[in-house]
Amino acid sequence: MKEVICECGHHNPHGTVLCESCGKVLIEKDKDKKLLDMRYEGSARRSQTYNKTIIDKIWNFFSSVKVGVWLIVITLIASALGTIFPQEMYIPPVMPASEYYEDQYGWLGQLYYTLGFHNLYSSWWYLLLIASIGISIIIASLDRGIPLYRSLKTQRVTRHEGFLKRQRLFSVSEAGSEDQTFESVKEKLKAKRYRIREEDGNILAEKGRFSRWGPYVNHVGLIIFLIGGMLRFVPGMYVDEILWVREGETKVIPETDGQYYLENHEFILETYDKENSKEEFAAAIDDKGMVAKNFQSDVTLYKTKGETVHGETPQLEKVRDDSIRVNHPLKFEDLALYQVDYKLDELNQMTFALSNKETNEEYGDLTIDLYDPKDTYDLGNGYQVEIVSYFPDFEFDENSEPITKSRIPNNPAFVFKMFTPDKPEGEVSFVAIQQTIEPFTDNEYKMSFKAVETKDVTALTVRKDLTLWVLALGGFIFMIGVAQGSYWNHRRIWLRKVDGEVWMAGHTNKNWHGLKRDIASVIDGTDLNEPADQLDKKE
Amino acid sequence: MDLVSLSGNLLFIAFLLYLVGTVFFAGSIKDKRAKEREKGTGPNKWAKTGIAITIAGFISQLGYFILRWIAAGHAPVSNLFEFTTFFGMSLVGAFIVIYFIYKTAVLGLFTLPIAMLLIGYAAMFPRDIAPLVPSLQSHWLHIHVTTAAMGQAILAISFAAGLLYLVKVIDHTKKSKESFWLEAVMFGLVCTLGFIFISTGFSASGYKADFSWVDKNNVESIAEYQLPPLVGPNQGESLTEGAMEPLVEMPGIINAKKLNTVIWSIMAGIVLYLLLRLILRKRISAALQPLTTKVNADLVDEIGYRSVLIGFPVFTLGALVFAMIWAQIAWTRFWGWDPKEVWALITFLFYAAYLHLRLSKGWHGKKSAWLGVIGFIIIMFNLIVVNLVIAGLHSYAGS
Repeated sequence: MKEVICECGHHNPHGTVLCESCGKVLIEKDKDKKLLDMRYEGSARRSQTYNKTIIDKIWNFFSSVKVGVWLIVITLIASALGTIFPQEMYIPPVMPASEYYEDQYGWLGQLYYTLGFHNLYSSWWYLLLIASIGISIIIASLDRGIPLYRSLKTQRVTRHEGFLKRQRLFSVSEAGSEDQTFESVKEKLKAKRYRIREEDGNILAEKGRFSRWGPYVNHVGLIIFLIGGMLRFVPGMYVDEILWVREGETKVIPETDGQYYLENHEFILETYDKENSKEEFAAAIDDKGMVAKNFQSDVTLYKTKGETVHGETPQLEKVRDDSIRVNHPLKFEDLALYQVDYKLDELNQMTFALSNKETNEEYGDLTIDLYDPKDTYDLGNGYQVEIVSYFPDFEFDENSEPITKSRIPNNPAFVFKMFTPDKPEGEVSFVAIQQTIEPFTDNEYKMSFKAVETKDVTALTVRKDLTLWVLALGGFIFMIGVAQGSYWNHRRIWLRKVDGEVWMAGHTNKNWHGLKRDIASVIDGTDLNEPADQLDKKE
Repeated sequence: MDLVSLSGNLLFIAFLLYLVGTVFFAGSIKDKRAKEREKGTGPNKWAKTGIAITIAGFISQLGYFILRWIAAGHAPVSNLFEFTTFFGMSLVGAFIVIYFIYKTAVLGLFTLPIAMLLIGYAAMFPRDIAPLVPSLQSHWLHIHVTTAAMGQAILAISFAAGLLYLVKVIDHTKKSKESFWLEAVMFGLVCTLGFIFISTGFSASGYKADFSWVDKNNVESIAEYQLPPLVGPNQGESLTEGAMEPLVEMPGIINAKKLNTVIWSIMAGIVLYLLLRLILRKRISAALQPLTTKVNADLVDEIGYRSVLIGFPVFTLGALVFAMIWAQIAWTRFWGWDPKEVWALITFLFYAAYLHLRLSKGWHGKKSAWLGVIGFIIIMFNLIVVNLVIAGLHSYAGS
């Protein structure tokens, strides 16, 4: 496309509004304007220049701030909708979501579920919104950032008269002792840390130009952050597993290829009470009752030694002892183990005695590991107990047959066969907690319950998240960009000698109040007129 | 005197000082010599006294904060009372900083009452020093909560500036949408005052009425009313002799006690508002307008914008960045779409939209001021509704 050659001799790209070098207005229709639109220095933005092909139209759509703001506002409203009722991941697992929302919130809940708002943040349209914001950020930044950079890099000191007088802050002064005035102004500008450039006796004082890059830097940060969010879905980047370990148990840690094992020595639950707490807490403890103080698993981390043969118990080498607490995960390699849940007093072992129903005489005890019961227990002297069936989590099904709901011994039940010297073919007895059924005959012997041993179980989340570093980098760059754009201002002051007069103009990207104060203080004591705010005049 | 009560007294003193400070800021406007200020001789004596008293109040509140920190062993930002009080303090702090940049006394007249309302509102919630549950036992509690609160407080300055701007520029003699909504915001503030008055009144008189009731899951529990029950809980049965019978019974899905408090606050707000109208003989905004005639509207607009510019990065750092870091440590994931997290994101998106509209669409003046007001409503929604109504991980479970 053809270039626009300004009268100052600078070649501008097609579509430029204000000459990149001298600032002369290049577009006819803008020549009547009282004030210039200085937002992107009047640079040639693709979106303002081309609108023919489909690519132009897509580009122009996403580069529009109006579209960007609409995307933000729609995302905002959508996000709010998702908080009306809890998301599916937060509802208690008492019933399926399809019933839960209607049951709890009536027809509104049903509608919420039907519209898919119970999983709003992972819905295709929500992700589409986020993606659109991402695209909008990229295109809008390229559309503005690059031409803006060109313009600010090319700008020269001596600006066109039309450029100066159409600045918001502008004044014309009779030139008296010009050189002296300029020297004094220059000194004061330098003291205010303006960078001074001179050309033909004219001055451009500039500071904080890097604040103009703030928005583009923070947009880069956001894009990196969004990429980090997408990496979650790349296999191997993210692990979310839960590991239940009983006290005394050693278990392989998932997602470690069987390399790491964890032994749980003890789970500790502490609560605040008046004895162990500061007296200041007394009132709150009275008021709230039990308040948890600590959830902790004392564990040992092991690594396997040498080659592990499948099916064989691996050789374990201790890595370290640790206490996993809330806010204090155990970290190794890329993984971290977090304390997230627990179960107190889970049944672990049960002890029975084989005894005579009539005389209550006992012939020996047997202790059953509820996770690994043996088939037979030999009590000596011809007494022996066989476990015919074991139901760790027993209930009767609809046909009154005993079944087990799970493999967790929440409600263990057994079918025992008791062999004694006088009953060598054995007697069968069904034993559950607080009930005994003798299915065939009246037995002579029984299994009498002696003791139970319980253990606490800890639940640990196994987490790997390799995206964190990308997200952290994105967040960091975003914060730098936001600070850069927010806490600094790009201020420019032009002084130009025009036919025995001094023309002065000022521009800032924001905080005009501050620029006005700067100007007032640098021209203090000179015969320059304070630039008027031409925006005030208009109103 | 022990630390806790000393700390409580310092908070009360701070509150009184803010009140006196407000009076002085109001006085600075009426001061006849104020005209000299326009010529650049700086703030008058009233304004100088006002800011001195405000700083004294701030220091007193800082004393409350530090003593309570020592007493509890953790920064007092762990429940609704402590957080909201800290928010109020940060707002005063932000105002003091802005005052020294822009020297506008009248901004104090709008900021300090908002801070007082916040502190008064906070005081209506349980004030016991409570030990920390395991998930809160982290230095990130201090870092995340204080930074987020400071960010919100700086953003709230744009609300005060927005109100000031709107009171000044809107024509209150004509009926218009904008004058109606501005008055609605004023009414909202009056209702907060109503809530404080009515709660304090009934709690001073020792009012209590207990009900046994059945919630939506058919679980029976007890509701302790501190205000007379206009609306009663589902299948509520009075356990307190001589207590009034509720006029209406609510279904189980609604928390009748909270609704009751809301109804009382609005009623008290209406009464207060009507009283004010009787005394002022005009709308609150119209009555405030004369106080704002001398202030430069452009400057107020700039203050509002500036406070968003300063507050937005602080808010993002505290409420999103630090929040994510801590969530990763305490809850195993940096983001979980918990309602509080979502509303922090909404606040972020809103102010991001504000900045884009201002920078690129040229939304200055009134539009910008309204956005400042809406932003504060979102922040308050996150503080009040998300904590008390929408249950989540952050819920302070306020009763």
